[in-house]
Amino acid sequence: MAYEIVDSCVSCTACAMVCPNDAISEQDMQFVIDSTLCTECAGDFDDPQCASICPVEGAIVDELGYELNPLGSLTGIIPLSAA
Amino acid sequence: MKLPVLIDKTVSNPIEQQASGGCSSGSCGSSQQAVNQLPADIQARVADHPCFSEQAHHFFARMHVAVAPACNIQCNYCNRKYDCSNESRPGVVSEVLSPDQAIQKVKAVAASIPQMTVLGIAGPGDPLANPERTFETFRRLSRETPDIKLCVSTNGLNLPDCVEELSQHNIEHVTITINCLDPEIGARIYPWIFWNHKRVRGVEAARILIEQQQKGLEMLVARGILVKVNSVMIPGINDQHLLEVSRVVKEKGAFLHNVMPIIAEPEHGTYFGLTGQREPTHQELQSLQDACAGDMNMMRHCRQCRADAVGLLGEDRGEEFTLEKIAAMDIDYDAAMEKRQQIQAQLLEQLHRQQAGGEVSLPDATLCSSEAQSRPVLMAVASKGGGLVNQHFGHATEFLIYEASPQGVRFVGHRSVDKPYCENSSSCGDGDSVLQTILSKLKDCEMLLCSKVGYEPWSALEDAGIQPDGSHALEPIEDAIQAVYQEMADKDLLSSESETQQQSA
Ligand code: SF4
Ligand code: SF4
Ligand code: SF4
Repeated sequence: MAYEIVDSCVSCTACAMVCPNDAISEQDMQFVIDSTLCTECAGDFDDPQCASICPVEGAIVDELGYELNPLGSLTGIIPLSAA
Repeated sequence: MKLPVLIDKTVSNPIEQQASGGCSSGSCGSSQQAVNQLPADIQARVADHPCFSEQAHHFFARMHVAVAPACNIQCNYCNRKYDCSNESRPGVVSEVLSPDQAIQKVKAVAASIPQMTVLGIAGPGDPLANPERTFETFRRLSRETPDIKLCVSTNGLNLPDCVEELSQHNIEHVTITINCLDPEIGARIYPWIFWNHKRVRGVEAARILIEQQQKGLEMLVARGILVKVNSVMIPGINDQHLLEVSRVVKEKGAFLHNVMPIIAEPEHGTYFGLTGQREPTHQELQSLQDACAGDMNMMRHCRQCRADAVGLLGEDRGEEFTLEKIAAMDIDYDAAMEKRQQIQAQLLEQLHRQQAGGEVSLPDATLCSSEAQSRPVLMAVASKGGGLVNQHFGHATEFLIYEASPQGVRFVGHRSVDKPYCENSSSCGDGDSVLQTILSKLKDCEMLLCSKVGYEPWSALEDAGIQPDGSHALEPIEDAIQAVYQEMADKDLLSSESETQQQSA
């Protein structure tokens, strides 16, 4: 059980600040989640903290690659294909 | 007859201003009152501050460092790839520094630019959403560079929790960006906030944010910390509402309310940029600014500059202070501080002399007698700084806009252009489009004051109804504008209404 940060991350550090397990750090200019530390916040909070503050749609995904904040969900900008 | 110069002098020297008696209109009278209502110590602090006083901006400089990249809300005019749009223009990326690097940079800049007196934390993110990094920087600067004033700006969400700590540092003022008091309006500006470990959306999110902002404002005022309020003007969403915002925040004790235009260009990838949100026109912005902040007339020179810009008005020396270069510098800050003190004292004296000398005697009473009919005139000025008309038209990347009227000379704002008319000595006028852009930016101005202007742009300016004038080169800006206004009065150019009409055509 762990989440993952993908390339679209803008390195804002917000997720690392709020992670209850200190699972997130910057490695070679890229933010990564340590899969051995990430609990998906189970037991700490109702919502995964990183995905609740991350401003970038699609930047955080679960083990299956499913985006926790899909396109349009944070900015309200509806992608062309869906419009 | 003596004309008051309605610039920062009104702030620095209200008594003299009143005594001059040159101002008869109602609005002018109330502005004196508003200024006089400010406690004397605030008047003094404001008059020498480069961000508040247009005149001081010619002498002193501020710098920003970016140490706080995270944010706890989303604004619809911001793309989080870039810097916080509440403080700088969208589409700009500042390099994020660690607190250590930031302190090294501040010392390096302070040692080589003694005019630098104010440091702000800005750049991507909200400083108070990153309290550890922000306060570590502030703690160390208060200790290591005590001659630098600190300021911080915030969206306000975390403000109430930070007031205690803020009051312990050398904080000059706090800026809160407040765009609304009504959560329904807020919901159209803020899609979400991060609050109590959850992402909260819609009207509820806006309600919490507004509550925190107002609470933070009240707490700061109660502690005697200066509070400035910024608002982003979004036509059709909060433009009318900002009058109410202005009334309330001033009532609660904000010493200044500053309205900035929304910048919404599609290429910045913001919600407002992509959904075709309109930007306000210069005229709309100006009249709202007049209504909200007009009595103080500060901040009009605010360029929403690059957050990491370093230097005086309109110049950016950031290149000299890259991380690599500052790492190689060995700074003796105590020695630097002594030098800074000397130079700043000289500059302060110069500034105060200019502020005190702001009253200009006019040769005759023409303006007085024609007062009723004399219309206000907008003039553009090309200046490199020092409060003088001292820049070649071809080199200017920004123009200061002043309004001359029988009530005096008033700074109303600045307009910048991406490129100067002359890119370098051999390529003047290469792009006709450059000239066209400048003309369209200045189209409501009737005069252009600069140190020199070439033959070709001269005719183009004239054709566009903007009279270039190089005869006041190196004169103080306000004096030059008063003289030109007087010349226009003498030529009887100020009475006819048709002149105004022609300008807008
Ligand atoms: S889901 Fe929770 S534990 Fe896992 S990285 Fe995100 S914040 Fe940390
Ligand atoms: S919050 Fe999102 S954008 Fe910011 S560092 Fe974490 S993953 Fe990257
Ligand atoms: S507060 Fe600043 S950084 Fe945060 S979303 Fe708004 S404009 Fe962007």
